[in-house]
Amino acid sequence: MSALILIELNGSEVNASSRAAITAALQLSDSIDALVLTNNLSNSESVSKLAGINSVKMIVDDSLENVNVEVASKLIADVMSGYKYLISGSSTYSKNILPRVGALLDVQPISDVCEIKSNNTFVRPLYAGNIMATVESSDETIIMTVRATAFEHSGDGGSVEVEVLSSTIPESNSTFISLQESQSERPELTTAARIVSGGRGLGSKENFALIEQLADKLDAAVGASRAAVDAGFISNDYQVGQTGKVVAPQLYLAVGISGAIQHLAGMKDSQVIVVINNDPDAPMSRMADLVWQTDLFGALKELNEYQV
Amino acid sequence: MKIIIPIKRVLDPYTQARINKQTEQVDLANAKMAMNPFCEIAVEEALTLKESGAATETIAVSIGTDKTVDTLRTALAMGVDRAIFIRTESELDLQPLHVGKILANIIKREEAELIIMGKQAVDNDNNQTGQILSGLLDYSLGTFISKFDLSSDASSVEVSREIDSGIETRKLNLPAIVTVDLRLNEPRYASLPNIMKARSKPLETIELDSLGIDTSPRIKVISVVESGTKDRASKQISSAEELFSELNQMGVL
Repeated sequence: MSALILIELNGSEVNASSRAAITAALQLSDSIDALVLTNNLSNSESVSKLAGINSVKMIVDDSLENVNVEVASKLIADVMSGYKYLISGSSTYSKNILPRVGALLDVQPISDVCEIKSNNTFVRPLYAGNIMATVESSDETIIMTVRATAFEHSGDGGSVEVEVLSSTIPESNSTFISLQESQSERPELTTAARIVSGGRGLGSKENFALIEQLADKLDAAVGASRAAVDAGFISNDYQVGQTGKVVAPQLYLAVGISGAIQHLAGMKDSQVIVVINNDPDAPMSRMADLVWQTDLFGALKELNEYQV
Repeated sequence: MKIIIPIKRVLDPYTQARINKQTEQVDLANAKMAMNPFCEIAVEEALTLKESGAATETIAVSIGTDKTVDTLRTALAMGVDRAIFIRTESELDLQPLHVGKILANIIKREEAELIIMGKQAVDNDNNQTGQILSGLLDYSLGTFISKFDLSSDASSVEVSREIDSGIETRKLNLPAIVTVDLRLNEPRYASLPNIMKARSKPLETIELDSLGIDTSPRIKVISVVESGTKDRASKQISSAEELFSELNQMGVL
């Protein structure tokens, strides 16, 4: 019952959600291989150090720098024979690719697994996480993505063999043009211990800088509600919620966020929730451990000036 | 160029999902239903293309029991030219792989070159159907798009994709499937005259059974539980000093 993990790289480093996928796989199988699609053989270094895996399989080609889903899904489907499981972290990378692999292998994939009950039974969220469903797969092969917030992130400690596969890169009907990457020195949103998140209440992009300033003070990541992203205060990759990123930090500080159910879905598992808002009836406040009901600009000024 | 827009009828996204104690399933019998919000965005994009002269025809497709017709009429009222209703006798637990196979059948029959659909339905949150459909048809695929530009000769489309690390731009040769994200456009409302007009627009009904597609569940739902947000103690604070002191005590700074 062996498992193949599709590894996602950030530069040359293994993405945290891929580490969660290894932890999940260890509950299902004791024979786990990692698969990496990359343009650079030296990226094998970080992958071969992963604890818990038996081997690394790599497909290396210049065209895999910004991997194309049509190509990736064929390459992965071709190496799946002999594997019971294909597992990856829930991210836009794997959500793009894995269902297409499912189509090629005639498998119904399972999205956002939060808990493993048995070798074919899993718990996953429906309705923005307001319902948790226990589902049983009857497919021969099981393809799934797992929530990075629901499983520990497996560490390093191994040193395994790297096999470069001699796959033929298939033709494709789409081409990469550009990647506009968000540059930030701050912690990554989905793995940060602390998050300062801003909403529509901030009123403008200029005012949103106050959130960033507070995040820097707390060594926190920046998050945002959909309303703040829609209004153009900050770019899409900071959105927390049902259709954005799901987070579960030790501290989630929400400023000027009323708390639509879609937003709460993305952060309700945070350990400590602090809400700063002037609206006492905002749904967000009921979720909070600490509530500071006040003018949020006054509060942000006071917090940013406070000598810790 | 024909555009097909697959749409889904879901629990109204502003309604809290509840489990019916008798049936032990999510209660949809008496709930307010609506078109999946991502599908509305897909419809809007198709209509914009039709209005610009780039598309010749827009066709909405949906699968379900007779109530699904309401959702298709909504798409027609927004401005879609015609609708295809894949009718099921009873409520079936159709999964993305089934839906993909059904849609692939219709797309081949219609010889449609562009499929615009939502990136996910807000009920099951699978985020799979467009990807699966693209694999079944071997069409090029652009998921999570926030920008869409058709080339002047309508042979390709340039899309911007909202991904975890930022915005990726790709060129997709047609035939292609795109799945739309929230920020692609603002969907229009149907005007009253258009709602009236929609009643006489063509709506073709196809019995699911007649397509000969195996829809036996691949995934069985064993049980569901409510897991909504839990209210917390909500201690009131009133200064930065108090906040930092509380957070220090909780050990989260």
